[in-house]
Amino acid sequence: MSESLTCDVVVVGAGVVGAATALYTARAGLDTVVVDRGPVAGGTTGAGEGNLLVSDKEPGPELELALLSARLWAALAREGLGEAVEYEAKGGVVVAGTDRALAGLEKLAAEQRAAGVEAAPVPPDRLTDLEPYLTPGLAGGMHYPQDAQVMPALAAAHLLRASKAGVLTGREVTEVLRGPDGAVRGVRTGRGDLYAPAVVNAAGTWGGEVAARAGVSLPVLPRRGFVLVTEPLPPRIRHKVYAADYVADVASDSAALQTSPVVEGTPAGPVLIGASRERVGFDRSLSLPAVRALAAGATGLFPFLAGVRAMRTYAGFRPYLPDHLPAIGPDPRVPGLFHACGHEGAGIGLATGTGRLIAQALTGHTPDLDLGPFRPDRFTRFTEEAV
Amino acid sequence: MNPLELAGARPGPAFTVTFDGRPVDALPGQTVAAVLWAAGVTSWRDTRRGGRPRGVFCGIGVCFDCLVILNGRPNQRACLVPARPGDEIGTQEGTGHGRTRTPDGTGDGSTEEARHAD
Amino acid sequence: MRTDLAVIGAGPAGLAAALAASARGVRVTLLDAATQPGGQFYRQPGAGLGAARPEALHHGWRTWERLRDGLAASAVRVLTDHHVWCVERTPDGFTVHALLGPEQEEPVEVHARAVLLATGGYEQVLPFPGWTLPGVVSAGGAQAMLKGGLVVPGRRAVVAGTGPLLLPVATGLAAAGVEVAALVESTAPLRLARQAPALAGKLAEGVGHAAGLLRHRVPVLTRHTVVRAHGEDRLTGVTVAALDADGHVRPGTERHLPCDTLAAGHGMLPHTDLAESLGCRLDGLAVDVDTEQRTDVPGVWAAGEATGIGGAALSLAEGHIAGCSATAHLHGTARGPAPAALKARTALRRSAAALDSAYALPAYWSEQLTDDTVVCRCEEVTAGSVREALDLGAGDERTVKLLTRAGMGWCQGRMCSTAVAGLAGCAPTPAKRPFARPVPLGVLARHHPQEGLS
Repeated sequence: MSESLTCDVVVVGAGVVGAATALYTARAGLDTVVVDRGPVAGGTTGAGEGNLLVSDKEPGPELELALLSARLWAALAREGLGEAVEYEAKGGVVVAGTDRALAGLEKLAAEQRAAGVEAAPVPPDRLTDLEPYLTPGLAGGMHYPQDAQVMPALAAAHLLRASKAGVLTGREVTEVLRGPDGAVRGVRTGRGDLYAPAVVNAAGTWGGEVAARAGVSLPVLPRRGFVLVTEPLPPRIRHKVYAADYVADVASDSAALQTSPVVEGTPAGPVLIGASRERVGFDRSLSLPAVRALAAGATGLFPFLAGVRAMRTYAGFRPYLPDHLPAIGPDPRVPGLFHACGHEGAGIGLATGTGRLIAQALTGHTPDLDLGPFRPDRFTRFTEEAV
Repeated sequence: MNPLELAGARPGPAFTVTFDGRPVDALPGQTVAAVLWAAGVTSWRDTRRGGRPRGVFCGIGVCFDCLVILNGRPNQRACLVPARPGDEIGTQEGTGHGRTRTPDGTGDGSTEEARHAD
Repeated sequence: MRTDLAVIGAGPAGLAAALAASARGVRVTLLDAATQPGGQFYRQPGAGLGAARPEALHHGWRTWERLRDGLAASAVRVLTDHHVWCVERTPDGFTVHALLGPEQEEPVEVHARAVLLATGGYEQVLPFPGWTLPGVVSAGGAQAMLKGGLVVPGRRAVVAGTGPLLLPVATGLAAAGVEVAALVESTAPLRLARQAPALAGKLAEGVGHAAGLLRHRVPVLTRHTVVRAHGEDRLTGVTVAALDADGHVRPGTERHLPCDTLAAGHGMLPHTDLAESLGCRLDGLAVDVDTEQRTDVPGVWAAGEATGIGGAALSLAEGHIAGCSATAHLHGTARGPAPAALKARTALRRSAAALDSAYALPAYWSEQLTDDTVVCRCEEVTAGSVREALDLGAGDERTVKLLTRAGMGWCQGRMCSTAVAGLAGCAPTPAKRPFARPVPLGVLARHHPQEGLS
């Protein structure tokens, strides 16, 4: 069956970034249709932990986007979406095992504070006030009250529902249609064309493929991450808790396996333990070394976890661009094409800000943030050289 | 005919375990679930959301419905674990990492871990 | 611990495989989670129960005696109480990761050059209102508790669902002194009759069970189903109703049967977790194997219910063939499988397929699910929540799971997967369960577990 539709904007991707984009474009008055080859939250969103973190970001454009996004998530929660998406303004606690790590953490926190992040030092003897089950003997930590959490798949589904946008799942975009002038006219799917003067590429890890279907290159690559899920527990871990070296791993360029534990409870009961990072392409098979390292890190922070069972583990692919910043905004190479992808492991958190910026760009408003650092064509020279 | 007669069983000497503090007779070679069934008990867990009673369902260790607190350790599958003399079997409430039941039903007992809880 | 061939699962397939390979000179290690070999089919009463006539609870006892005595006389190393949670590929073969004993807290590793998966199956039970009440058990569960613990859950039982397992469960319970109020089978007798030629081998067994039903005066209701189980904190009865030719409940045919036990089952599902995480190709919900029972991963064989539900006799034939093939691989050459095994496999697969199509699931089972019917027993997710998730945009099992937590609990969807897929209107897909059973984080965190003991 084939049908064609006309609307103001087609968002490709029904993950959390596509959902947030649809919410803000629809609220800006644009007739929006979301299309995905799979179901809602079928890609990286469904494999995410739901981190809304400002604590793990160094000052710069990503931190500004995280702060904007955190404000927007809090506003959505206040509007009444909070319960549906399991929003928890739980705060983060970053701990340092050594004086050296603590010094690094304090230096980072000072810079973050200057950028608008709330970061309160926690002396070692007060850490258990925040997290009673933490291992003793840590050098100290930092409390980040702005860190929060949502349940990613519920977030995507409920943002989509709140947007009232049309949602077409199970439809792959095979081509981005362009007019004689090169401008976007819509998309072609396996089941009909969707006509629109604007197309937003929110395809996450597969954003490079969608860009290619519009005739441009965007070097989005997958970085595999495992998450361990424990048996259900009563609330024991109150914050997002991670070790100070996580920040270094996030920013790393290494292809090798890196693991630094991020441990958090969930309203449903299980504790989630992230987050390994490896560049291995789209290989989903179990890596015991990766999950062993996660378990070792988590039990190091919370010794009681040694007796707790892991029920499952799963892998997801975090979409990243070479400079570890997402691509957000209009693509100067194709009029009408916008990108909103490449958020690496932070897409859930950065979704709201990204959606807002795209909506502002689409409606001709001045974006809340300078889109310069997120320019989708910033790798053009890089990729040409690589080829 | 009962199952023991049917199989011509001559069990070793019976021993005693407790279920929520009450003494219960057990036969060697029986699992915790079998001991409880033989004593007419069919539920020993309350679910963590609805607080509903559960006991054996699959009987072969797959469904995890028969989780029980055994000697202070929660989340043991009653259908797999052999009963041993002196075993303290307790109804598991919720995740099993909280308070346990006592004979009078007031629940002042606690699992090993819960004693450290806030 | 090192071995040539690690056979995982000591049921009919694993036993036959281990004996075939061992007889041909292979160093075999046979691992099983239970305290004694036999699997579900040859489940034995606990040794302490001193059962003088365990055969009273079994069919095919002679075959079991041969297997048991063969194993005792063989050089097969038997590791009972070994709960395998993962098989890992290594540069020189495989590492089988297991947890020891009922506590499942101590890790053991077995290093093997080849692996044979005989992981068996487990029973599928479709949900209906009231199915979480204590007193409602799976048909196989009632049988396992009877065979292994010599106990029954109550005095008056209804056995219901569909499939060949219901007959021996009903006769077994009746023989053990339970009043069986009814055997409720949703398949029409005509469907079975139509498959009779292919079921020749099963017929004798079926006749035996039918005689048992007569002897114990068990009423049989074919083309009937349980529409609801009643009770507050304990089962007190069930409502059964007739099905029309299409599989809908015929209004006005409901009747109440008081009972304290309901043994329900709707066929079997293969255990494929270990195969899946090894990267073996699956065919539908079963492990895909070639004529020699090889999976598509070099060095990995599979046999028995894991490769498709077919019963104990088929498992024995497949196990034997797999054991011979693994031997040939490990030794370069070996005596081939017994021709009788090859012949039996062909015939038994045909009758398995016939049984499968005769005992199809009732077409409209989900019509019985009220919105407050629990579908996922672990996370207590109701049919209503699943329907809401479908309304939110989920169109498949995985998305329903993400949005509702159905299948995310202790059993990891083993009990609810068919039902969730059915409510979502799609065929069940094999779940990815990298851990075949829960593993303590402390075990995972330990990088150098103790070398196995025997």
